[in-house]
Amino acid sequence: MHRVVVSESMSELIIKDLRASVADKEILKGVNLTVKGGEIHALMGPNGAGKSTLGNVLMGHPNYTITGGSIKLDGKELTNRTPEERARAGLFLAFQNPVSVTGVKLSSFLRTAYKQLHPEEKVPLSEFQARIKDHLKKVGLDEEFLSRSVNDGFSGGERKRVEILQMVILKPKIVVLDEIDSGLDVDALKLVADEIRDYYSQEVGFLIITHYQRILKNIDPEFVHILMNGKITMNGEKSLALKIEDEGYDWIRSE
Amino acid sequence: MEVELSKDEQIEKLLEDLRTSNIKKDDWEFHDADRSIYSTGIGLNRQVVEEISEIKKEPDWMRRFRLKALEIFLKKPVPTWGPDLSGIDWDNTHYYTRPDEIKARNWEDVPDDIKNTFQKLGVPEMEQKYLAGSVAQYDSEGVYHNLKKVWEDKGVVFMDLDSALKQHPDLVKNYFCKAVPATDNKFAALNAAVWSGGSFLYVPKGVQIDMPLQTYFRMNGEATGQFEHTIVVADEGSKVHYIEGCTAPRYNTDSLHSAIVEIYVQKNAQARYTSVQNWSKSVYNMPTKRAWVEENAQMEWVGGSLGSKVTMLYPSSYLRGPYASTHNLNISLAGPGTVKDTGAKAIHLAPHTSSRIVAKSISIEDGKAIYRGLLRMNKGAINSKSHVQCDALLINDESTSFTYPHDEIYEPTATFGHEATVGRIGTEELTYLRSRGLSEEEASSMIVLGFMDDVMKEIPMEFAVEMNRLVKLEMSKMGAVG
Repeated sequence: MHRVVVSESMSELIIKDLRASVADKEILKGVNLTVKGGEIHALMGPNGAGKSTLGNVLMGHPNYTITGGSIKLDGKELTNRTPEERARAGLFLAFQNPVSVTGVKLSSFLRTAYKQLHPEEKVPLSEFQARIKDHLKKVGLDEEFLSRSVNDGFSGGERKRVEILQMVILKPKIVVLDEIDSGLDVDALKLVADEIRDYYSQEVGFLIITHYQRILKNIDPEFVHILMNGKITMNGEKSLALKIEDEGYDWIRSE
Repeated sequence: MEVELSKDEQIEKLLEDLRTSNIKKDDWEFHDADRSIYSTGIGLNRQVVEEISEIKKEPDWMRRFRLKALEIFLKKPVPTWGPDLSGIDWDNTHYYTRPDEIKARNWEDVPDDIKNTFQKLGVPEMEQKYLAGSVAQYDSEGVYHNLKKVWEDKGVVFMDLDSALKQHPDLVKNYFCKAVPATDNKFAALNAAVWSGGSFLYVPKGVQIDMPLQTYFRMNGEATGQFEHTIVVADEGSKVHYIEGCTAPRYNTDSLHSAIVEIYVQKNAQARYTSVQNWSKSVYNMPTKRAWVEENAQMEWVGGSLGSKVTMLYPSSYLRGPYASTHNLNISLAGPGTVKDTGAKAIHLAPHTSSRIVAKSISIEDGKAIYRGLLRMNKGAINSKSHVQCDALLINDESTSFTYPHDEIYEPTATFGHEATVGRIGTEELTYLRSRGLSEEEASSMIVLGFMDDVMKEIPMEFAVEMNRLVKLEMSKMGAVG
């Protein structure tokens, strides 16, 4: 295992004893996890363990209530912040089921978002459009997606590709990918994984939430965590993911 | 690097410029000092009508027509089947207000303060950039009209109706109040009695005008009625796009706008009528708009209706010849305190006629948007078809929307369909946009603008930008959404 030496200025997401509930039912029961720039973490776990809840809670989805603990990014307290404040702090969530927003064009949406996230940068419209076109191509989508409504009429796989496109364009520091591999065929998965690898750098930390380890064949995680019943019950390396592939989760339950 | 931008990109760019220019107030709600040099005073009676006719030195038939219409107006009750109109102060309204004795054909000749008003509204720039001709009306009178020479040479007539009545009396008489008779409704009768200004546009046989023609109406005086009367004639095989923009400043006393628009689309002709109205919130907006569509002719109504206290607007198409068609696309924004009672009428009188109506509405705070439509398919309108789609978007919990479609189908081979949707700005959509850094306000205005997008695509860019700006303004005024 290659430990990366992290300088103080690098991104760092610290999740401490995070508890959250939805409709008064506690789902997260004290999650501890730190993701730093240059690190790739995989979060695995059986259905209903609270994996997607963690993604949504990190992003500040209003349907979830944080009942305890904290979320910090680069020392900035995000626990009770709005989704936009979290995004502006550098957090990005690729949603498991991205919703469609009829009438809102992908290009103008990204343009507006970019200005909020990087107000100091002045990218000319034509250059910005060119960037999007370039990455559309890289994830295997046609240029016409630029002027289509966000996710409107997109297939499941197209939505996932567009999530990755958004990640690359918006340049977040900490990326949470929730089941990014679901709905993608082998070829599409390869394109998406290539984009993720291209985007990966010492400045960006990844938390890859996945049920199966399919995506992990294309992207090597350094750390693997197992979430069960709202808590991280085991931490390990890539070998842990491989063991789960062979043996499932039952052996962890019994430990 | 300068690259060719698509229309979408151009709109985006303009919007960006607008965002950075930091517009805070309702720019169009400014008002000039009262510069009317003559008004018939408040209230309406026979003498006022005689006076208007006298000032205009009209032919006698028009004077008699006005007086007859006045009688009809006085007899007809105020309609009670729709929004509350009890706030119209008939006795304290000025029915005729004239700014100055001017009829300019050149912006330089328009008095400075009036010219400034239109400049603030961007009218002269638009004319220069993309119009085939324009007319500007200030209170009751047209103050400016111009038509590019190439179209004048082809026999196109475009001027305010008063000038047309003098210069082309027979042509005007042929069409005046034919599609909309004075007996149609109380407000039509009122217009017929006291009309002043409005446009007259005649496009001769086979002439196809590729640039739009535009009229801009500005209502400046307080407690004033504006009663313009517009006639568009697209003669056989011609093609024309006519645009209207209307604004008025905000006053404490309510004003009344009651226009008539008559459009005659002759055999094989195509006409498009676009109107973008941003009335201020003290205006009762009660126009009657109607088109007669003949054999194989096409009529398109495109409308964006913003502001006003109450609006009742139902552009109608009478499909009089076989294969005549109409397409009606309208968006209404019912802001706080506004009632928008809007819709469309399609009357199928001949075989193989078709109509398509798309009505969208947005209600903000206690704004109330109503779709009211009439679809009639007469016996003999064989194989005719119609489709009506109403989409409503509600922004706040107290926002409301109602749909009252009325169908009268007398022809068994006719087919028709209705679709209606009501949406709210949903948490999931908002959260998704916000998770990418957009504020709640930004996210909701993006959703609203997205909802309007298919209308935006159909209206000229400058108007689309203006609509966008106004919607953003409404959204930003309301603060928290949801």
